[in-house]
Amino acid sequence: MDDLFTVVDWSRWQFALTAMYHWLFVPLTIGLALIVAIMESIYVRTRAAKWLAMTKFWMLLFGINFAIGVATGIILEFEFGTNWSNYSWFVGDIFGAPLAIEGILAFFMESTFIAVMFFGWKKFSPGFHLAATWLTAIGTALSALWILVANAWMQQPVGMEFDPAQMRNVMSDFWAIVTSGTAVAKFTHTVASAWTLAGVFVIGVSSWWILRKRNVDMALDSIRIASWVGGAGILVTLATGDISAVNVARHQPMKLAAMEGLYRGSCGQELVGFGILNPDKKAGDDSVEPYLFDIGIPYGLSFLANHDMHSFVPGINDLIDGIELTPDGDTVRTVGYAERIVRGRQAHEALRAYDAAMVAGDGEAMAKATAELKVDYPYFGYGYLDSPEEAVPPVAMTFYAFRVMVMAGGYLLLFFIFAFVASYWRPQWLRHKVACIIGMLSIVVVWVCSQAGWVTAEVGRQPWVIQDILPTRAAISEIAASSVITTFIMFAVVFTVLLVAEMSIMATQINKYSKMDINEISKS
Amino acid sequence: MNTFRHVKAFPGRVYRFYRDGFRSMTVGRYLWVLILVKLFILFFIFKLFFFPDVLERDYSDDSQRAQAVRKHLIDNP
Repeated sequence: MDDLFTVVDWSRWQFALTAMYHWLFVPLTIGLALIVAIMESIYVRTRAAKWLAMTKFWMLLFGINFAIGVATGIILEFEFGTNWSNYSWFVGDIFGAPLAIEGILAFFMESTFIAVMFFGWKKFSPGFHLAATWLTAIGTALSALWILVANAWMQQPVGMEFDPAQMRNVMSDFWAIVTSGTAVAKFTHTVASAWTLAGVFVIGVSSWWILRKRNVDMALDSIRIASWVGGAGILVTLATGDISAVNVARHQPMKLAAMEGLYRGSCGQELVGFGILNPDKKAGDDSVEPYLFDIGIPYGLSFLANHDMHSFVPGINDLIDGIELTPDGDTVRTVGYAERIVRGRQAHEALRAYDAAMVAGDGEAMAKATAELKVDYPYFGYGYLDSPEEAVPPVAMTFYAFRVMVMAGGYLLLFFIFAFVASYWRPQWLRHKVACIIGMLSIVVVWVCSQAGWVTAEVGRQPWVIQDILPTRAAISEIAASSVITTFIMFAVVFTVLLVAEMSIMATQINKYSKMDINEISKS
Repeated sequence: MNTFRHVKAFPGRVYRFYRDGFRSMTVGRYLWVLILVKLFILFFIFKLFFFPDVLERDYSDDSQRAQAVRKHLIDNP
């Protein structure tokens, strides 16, 4: 059992490492593609060499990022088959179908239109080339759609039925999966955050050009476009973050409670603006204060979760006791976690009975076991837990990651307001040394913000890989921990080399292009 | 007839488009080397030697794979 936990832990860390590395590249690809498409649209309308130069320069950085980042996500699929074989089998076509669509879309749309973008300047009309650039931008966003749909299904499993014969969840309603509240919120939130990230990246690089007094006009125009895209991105990210919070309150209330370090909820619950958690606080224990220090926003959490300042928001211990919100936002007493564990174990018993009946060829017993399994299947995953407290995610990591994301997001809103105002009405502000340095440092902030968002979403849903149905520890393959440790180290090395290569190639090109004039860049 | 000729010439035009594109690359050549090395490491080293599909490797058909997962999920809680 100790070895199993080691395999689980190492597999988790490996998946986290590969997903986080992959996510360093993806949002920049999505966001930069949009910025390039907008710049090229302006060029096609104005035919000004400056806009052609800007399009080509940012397209080059897009190309570098795409080339380095492409296929880094494939490793996640390798890990599904090797480290997470139970999970891979169990999710069946629900995960397979979206990923297959993603693969086909990514291959045909992106590879075709990216080739036209880079090779087709002199071979196609400006209009056709522009269409290819826009289709690349749409294709990159759409290829993110399917993996995010699959991820959303793990957080809100809908549109499926469990088939004990196949031992798989079988898709019963494709549209329910694609249009679930979590899928819609996750896709829009993620894509908008990618626009934000690319906006900051463009402003950061442009700030360096301004600081060096090279191609300043081009840099200022780049900041103007980036402040539109990034500004729209951060506003949509905030709005969809609000929708996400409502969804989390309905479908993953334990995650919301962990995000807030909330153990006992109340009506008109405050939101912790800033706080330090008490490390001695444990789930199920009401005698210890949850925070060593906190600054709360009155009624904030009730409003965030339910859009009702006076509504009740359940805490970790309330949820364990069985107090939840309905999809309509009403507070109800539902099945407590101790009872969920009992019912999960009943579901396991029914599956055992099904297995025995199948071996004996007893169709009647199989049907009876299937019916019994169906009743308790919503709690199937709880059968693996030894105590209700095991259903609580790592509170500290979720709590602090959420705060990092929100604080960085708040900063980025101010950042884009400043960039927008300055780029239109006070361009001299953008030439100031301090503004340039802040612009460059903000590149780090936006990536930290983006990663913190994923940490909140994924750590906050633990212990589940599929909400309520399959805990992480049951999803694992029967493999040796040593093999996972070996590949973990190999990935860490390869991905770090790739990251260093990307940063080095980008820095070289940014420096090289900063020394070229607009005509040279536009002819490059 | 013209349409037929256009269709027949299409693969050649696509080939020349990519060939000319690759020939005219500067930074792109370095990136392509990087991509190919990366894909080699991913598919011919990682996938081949370190990331077998465990169920695909150990069982010959889907019913056996289903049985293996069922056993694992109900016997090793």
